[in-house]
Amino acid sequence: MGMTIAEKILARHAGRDVVKPGEYVWCDVDGTGLIGPPSGLEALGVEKVYDPEKVWMVDDHFAPAPTPARAQTTKEMRRLAEKYQLNHWFEYGRHGILHQLFPENGYCVPGDLIVSIDSHSTSYGCFNAMGVPIMEELTYVVVTGRLWMRVPETIRFNIVGKLPEWCVGKDIILKIAGDYGTDCAIYKSIEFGGPVVSQLSLGSRFSMSNMGVELGAKCAIFECDDVTLEWLKGRIWREPNPASPDPDAVYEAVYDVDVTGMAPQVACPHDPGNVKPADEVEAMRVRVDQAFLGSCTNGRTEDYAMAAKVLKGKKIAPWVRCIVTPASQAIWLECAKNGIWETLAEAGCMITASTCGPCAGAHQGLLGDGEVCIGTNNRNFQGRMGSPESLVYLASPATVAASALTGYVTDPRPYL
Amino acid sequence: MSTMEFTGKVWMFGDNISTDLIQPADVTWGHVRGPERLKYCMRANRPGWAEQVSQGDIVVAGKNFGCGSSRPAARMLRDLGITCVVAESVSRLFLRNSVNIGFPALICPGITGLVEEGDQLYVNVDTGEVRNLRTGGSLTAEGFPEGSPPYEILRAGGLQPLLRKMLEEQGIKPPPERQFPADTRPTPVPQNF
Repeated sequence: MGMTIAEKILARHAGRDVVKPGEYVWCDVDGTGLIGPPSGLEALGVEKVYDPEKVWMVDDHFAPAPTPARAQTTKEMRRLAEKYQLNHWFEYGRHGILHQLFPENGYCVPGDLIVSIDSHSTSYGCFNAMGVPIMEELTYVVVTGRLWMRVPETIRFNIVGKLPEWCVGKDIILKIAGDYGTDCAIYKSIEFGGPVVSQLSLGSRFSMSNMGVELGAKCAIFECDDVTLEWLKGRIWREPNPASPDPDAVYEAVYDVDVTGMAPQVACPHDPGNVKPADEVEAMRVRVDQAFLGSCTNGRTEDYAMAAKVLKGKKIAPWVRCIVTPASQAIWLECAKNGIWETLAEAGCMITASTCGPCAGAHQGLLGDGEVCIGTNNRNFQGRMGSPESLVYLASPATVAASALTGYVTDPRPYL
Repeated sequence: MSTMEFTGKVWMFGDNISTDLIQPADVTWGHVRGPERLKYCMRANRPGWAEQVSQGDIVVAGKNFGCGSSRPAARMLRDLGITCVVAESVSRLFLRNSVNIGFPALICPGITGLVEEGDQLYVNVDTGEVRNLRTGGSLTAEGFPEGSPPYEILRAGGLQPLLRKMLEEQGIKPPPERQFPADTRPTPVPQNF
């Protein structure tokens, strides 16, 4: 009986030929990312981590430190990075949001098993790696390099039909969340496939893997193709070991998602699955206080190029503040060099350093009572971005930029 | 290994209770620390609830409990005095986090129809039995297979005790508790302003 991508990756890392859904295995991991000080280590008397090359650390949620307390935490991270000889510590100015930063620096190779703190570790799936979010088990992994895993059942989403010209991965994943619900894949592996995938940029795939966790998934994986290898070229120093599903792989469910003629998608408060077509939300005249172009989900150069296309030579609505937060310093630099920042700043956007800040409800762009934000981020849970009484809408960069322009949640198609 | 069974008062919650609701940003990002932080639990969806909770209470919820971020929301509920969560379905990260700190979160389809808020609920983690002591109605929650890692970890009280034991077997012991020298600084003289 054949295996799915996730089953293959888990089998390899468990030293087994075959694994089946529902089994429990102990796996060796290829890497783990930290975004806080691994504080339990010293208390346990641990003098070294399992492999300093495979433990990466960055302060991304508050970059740079907004309060003395946070500065103290970051200071502790630097101290522990030095003590445990974690060479892969990223200082501000060479930093980024972990899920963007680590692959950008070649830490993630097709076929890898990466267990990392932060729920959006599913992002690594766009590189054909199994990115599994963890939290409480972090110290255990950092000491042993191993972790227990339940082999998940796999759900396959085949993306089919004719891709609308403006359509990006964010629209597709929001459509899936809307149609199948945010609990459709709890503890499952998602496999994305189908003929449309080859037309999607790696950034588009990233958004989809990233938001796999919003469907409840353990991981959300694409197959490796030329687009993947081209992006990784010159970044990785290990040989890729791509995993493809066997032709007779067994899926719990296979769904065809037809993107033909679909409208841009918008998730309304307070659930990423509360999704409606943009034109329908536009008709509701939802007035926007803040537009947010950023986060690990959609904070890449191609996202800002799309926003710039909408905003070039125009001014955003006077009552809107548009906050632009790239996913990494490398992206910041790229957008500076190719004139995108200039276009966005001239339209009235505010460009910040790379951080998880607004999306995580941490700093730089939180919301007051009753305020409305439309953002390219991944979550609109109640109270996530500030006041419990604020309202957050999620959409693609084009939809967010068009909404910033008009001051209302807006279908971007006439502006592209 | 001790038997894991609890009896407690039920608090009912709906579907998709996210970790942002269980442990709001103010607490997660350290703006509120210490015992004060517990009052923030479920502040957005149920203000004041955290102050009504007593030690031993049980949370019953709908679908997808604990969805969202990987923040230590299970720890927050445990610190508040909740002994276990029983939900229609539990998010993967919350489930893993709860196992790895030794806090039971049980998946029990039909639970929201079995109990009402305020009922006394009996929960036996070993057998999966969940019984409403008012009505006598009962259901069986999904458990982990005996001997599987989550089964062992949950009953060991989490991953940390297992890690400590493993390290001790390798001869690695926690450092002795730090001895602070006696404070010999002069007592500050109160000043009047």
